[in-house]
Amino acid sequence: MNTELKRTLRKLFKNPSAILGFTLLIFFTLVAIFAPLIAPPVNPMFPDENGNPMKLDNPYIMPILSWSSDPVAPSKDHPFGMIAGRDIFYGVVWGTRTAFKIGLIVVSASTLIGLIIGSIAGYFGGWVDEFLMRVTDIFLSIPFLLAAMVLTTILGSGLNKVMIAMVIFGWMATARLIRANILQVKEEQFVLAAKALGIKNFIIIVRHILPNTIFPVLVQATMRLGSLVITAAALSFLGLGAPIGYADWGSMLNYTRNYILGASGQAFTYWYTVFYPGMAMVLFVLAWNLVGDALRDVFDPKLK
Amino acid sequence: MTAYIIRRLLLLPLILFGVTLIIFSFTEILGPEKLLSAYVNPNVFDKLSNEDLDKLIEKYGLNDPMWTRYFKWLGGVLKGDLGWSVTAKEPVAQAIKERIPYTIELALYAMIPVIGVGIWLGVAAAVRRDKFLDHFIRIFAIIGWSLPDFVFGLIVLMIFYSVLGWFPPGTMSGWAEEIVKSPEFKRVTHILSIDALINGRVDIFWDALRHLIGPILTISWLWWAYLLRITRSSMLEVLGKEYVRTARAKGVPEKDVIHKHARKNAMIPVVTVAGAMVIGLLSGTVIVEVIFNRIGMGRFTAQAATQLDYAAVLGSVLFYSSVLIIGNLIIDILYAALDPRIRLG
Repeated sequence: MNTELKRTLRKLFKNPSAILGFTLLIFFTLVAIFAPLIAPPVNPMFPDENGNPMKLDNPYIMPILSWSSDPVAPSKDHPFGMIAGRDIFYGVVWGTRTAFKIGLIVVSASTLIGLIIGSIAGYFGGWVDEFLMRVTDIFLSIPFLLAAMVLTTILGSGLNKVMIAMVIFGWMATARLIRANILQVKEEQFVLAAKALGIKNFIIIVRHILPNTIFPVLVQATMRLGSLVITAAALSFLGLGAPIGYADWGSMLNYTRNYILGASGQAFTYWYTVFYPGMAMVLFVLAWNLVGDALRDVFDPKLK
Repeated sequence: MTAYIIRRLLLLPLILFGVTLIIFSFTEILGPEKLLSAYVNPNVFDKLSNEDLDKLIEKYGLNDPMWTRYFKWLGGVLKGDLGWSVTAKEPVAQAIKERIPYTIELALYAMIPVIGVGIWLGVAAAVRRDKFLDHFIRIFAIIGWSLPDFVFGLIVLMIFYSVLGWFPPGTMSGWAEEIVKSPEFKRVTHILSIDALINGRVDIFWDALRHLIGPILTISWLWWAYLLRITRSSMLEVLGKEYVRTARAKGVPEKDVIHKHARKNAMIPVVTVAGAMVIGLLSGTVIVEVIFNRIGMGRFTAQAATQLDYAAVLGSVLFYSSVLIIGNLIIDILYAALDPRIRLG
């Protein structure tokens, strides 16, 4: 390990909020990996011939455990309570996987698109640059939530559609960032040398330019991940994302909305229906924001 | 500078053209039958025979190529006709005109606590760097930044409406609505609280404010988080500059160093953020308006988008994009005016 990296890591782990962020992130990763052990995907309502509970075909569809749809307060069997006949604990645990899936897929896909468009614009310049940047301007001129909302509805709702919509309208910041970085690096000696040697443009971009501009992009991607999960949840909340009963924090909160005001006069009766999925989401987003913040501090010491 | 502004203003219609073209081409995915459902009453729609469907599709020209339909729509826009909104049951232009004042009202009132408190917190944190208050404010910021607005909105509703009964959802109370809709109540500005004062109805003014506080609280935390971070880091940068050290060495009182020497220069990047925030407040009220069930552009757009009322969607996109583009232009101009080192071009 080189000393530069060592120093960076030491700096990272001296920062208490970075430690908190990484700890939370590791915690959520473990929950996501061990979801089948923490909340077994079985339905005890339907035992098979040996008396064992039935295995679920799709663990992301929360099993219905009771026919009453009203919330049931937390108990020993259902530590987070139940809503719509489904165990909230199960939804929160498997929802971790959904959150990772949404965040990682949307961030990597939109970053990749941004990387390609930004590299082409920055490296080739001229009218290619002008055209691509005007297209970027146009995409940036539609508020993100609105654009994602419209496109999701047109594509026909559902979690996959939400992700597609967020990728299509989520690449612009990366494209601008990478373009600006490439414009700087382009005139450096090592790039000019590679050009003089007659190396192909594609190879120059991928082998020589991108490795020198990739860190700010990674920091930006980390910082975007949290807010993307929030946007996806907001779309679920508006009824466009995952259907009711899918292990997704946003759609669980959407269903909760009907119960939030509680029975008349007893406002906090159903607190657990909001608290657990809401808390999971806040901590998940917090983890990514803290990590992103810490990475930015390390790579860009100017901002504090 | 003038040339720059003119060039940007000339680009505005081009970008709006691109924006609407993108949204329009996405509606192509739907196909003529789905597009037709926006024109026909849903109860009738299900009973239509295939021949009727074809006839109606023909009548509304939904089989025409996209370009023909797009330019037909564009021609309407240039004449001020944005089409018919199914969700609002009135022309889109009319629906937008009615709802804009409510969103502007919300944004205007939200700006006061957001900008005032946000900057104050940022300066306070920077001045007490790494002290208890600084850590506290930073934690406050990062939680606000991680808190989804719909979760926080639900909590605000739960506490201030369900438990305390202070700030109800909606735009105004039933009794106030009756008075506002009556002919005696003159709508001068169409901004409810201001009109109430003009009409001398202090009770309606308070009622309007009471309904605004919940949404404002919900919006504020997120934007405080954003604004105070920028203020803090900008303030820290300025406090490390030579001229601040000189001022301290000369014996200028610390209070004057912070408020007279440092804060002014630290405010330059904050202006950009504050500007972005004004845009954000105008275009980011979708979720709060839905949660608090308020009349406004945000809820209208959300309804239109979820019910595929695409004439209304296109109209809203046109409105929001204009706000975004003009807002960004104003920020750039302000930025250049405040910081003479910046050249626009």
